[in-house]
Amino acid sequence: MEIIQEILKYIGLAFIVMGSIFLFLGALGIYRMPDLYNRLQAGTKASTLGAMSVVLGVGFIQPDWLVKLIIIIVFIGIANPLSSHALARASYRAGIKPYFKKEIDAYGKAVEKQLKKIKKKLQNLNE
Amino acid sequence: MDTIIYIALVLIALGSLLSFIRFIKGPTAADRAIALDTLSVIGIAGIVLLGYVFKRYIYVDLALVYAVLGFVGIVVIARFIEKAL
Amino acid sequence: MHTYKFSLKKFIYTFVIVLLVWYGFTTFVAPAELITGVIVSLIIAYISVKNFNCCDPILMMPSHIFYFIKYFFVFIGALIKSNFDVARRVLTPNLPINPGIVTFNTKLTNDFAKMVLANSITLTPGTLTIDIIKNKFYIHWIDVTTEDPEQVYKEIAEPFEKILLKIYN
Repeated sequence: MEIIQEILKYIGLAFIVMGSIFLFLGALGIYRMPDLYNRLQAGTKASTLGAMSVVLGVGFIQPDWLVKLIIIIVFIGIANPLSSHALARASYRAGIKPYFKKEIDAYGKAVEKQLKKIKKKLQNLNE
Repeated sequence: MDTIIYIALVLIALGSLLSFIRFIKGPTAADRAIALDTLSVIGIAGIVLLGYVFKRYIYVDLALVYAVLGFVGIVVIARFIEKAL
Repeated sequence: MHTYKFSLKKFIYTFVIVLLVWYGFTTFVAPAELITGVIVSLIIAYISVKNFNCCDPILMMPSHIFYFIKYFFVFIGALIKSNFDVARRVLTPNLPINPGIVTFNTKLTNDFAKMVLANSITLTPGTLTIDIIKNKFYIHWIDVTTEDPEQVYKEIAEPFEKILLKIYN
């Protein structure tokens, strides 16, 4: 029994170290990347896996906390991509243009179309 | 054993420092919101790890509440940046 | 505020999920906690079925469980790969990136499945979902290799969508 606990402890430590390295790399990405969207990319991915594996590692070391820690893991996995998606969409619509080496932008036209439709609707309402 | 956890805590602290620098520097409000988002996720991991170091179960509840509130806050800021609020 | 028609199936689904979350929070041992949880879950389920329109629930068939497990493993593999990708890009001194926004069409019709696909794409290597308009996904890609929607679909979404189509269609 104690041997199993010891083994679980070392697995947990490995998870914690891996997670904290990823968290650090994610923050480095936030600091280094040239524009908002690339920052979001680096930040979301690295911080999601980093936080998940740190929390899971603590769960391995302390098995009686595991239920609540798994709820935290699931919540981070659902909420973090959602919030980054909301931020990306909002900042594109607020007029922050992405950094391009060569302009490839399929989204701009779609947003313009939507805005035109809304304007037409508003005009119809005014008349 | 303890040293490894201290190393992890130092890495997490350095990470939160880097994203805090972006939070201060960030040219637009959206950049600051991104830095805040990452900062809060790093904070959740840090709180859980500190809870293990201090052997306090209540820290896990704290991390859960912080996760929920951080998510709601970021979505509200995003709606505000979009001028849809 | 717009309200939706009451549907018992959705109500029961929401109720069970909220009660499970409550169980995770409290791991109820005392009967008082159980009763409070049931009452609160009933109220929350009623309000959300009336006010939000999301996620047509489907019944879990035993055959779906296999696909869920397969999806989980594909997803975890992609997540780990994407983290090493981010690490490589961040640690290279001259930042090897060539960003752009591309689009592709999805065959999924269910809103919940679309959300799962969007979240998975966000966590896979080098891609970030910006928006979904009807059945078009708009994706910020950190290293664009192709602009053609079909090719984009093949490179980004295919492994996930194949499994989701089996569950939701």
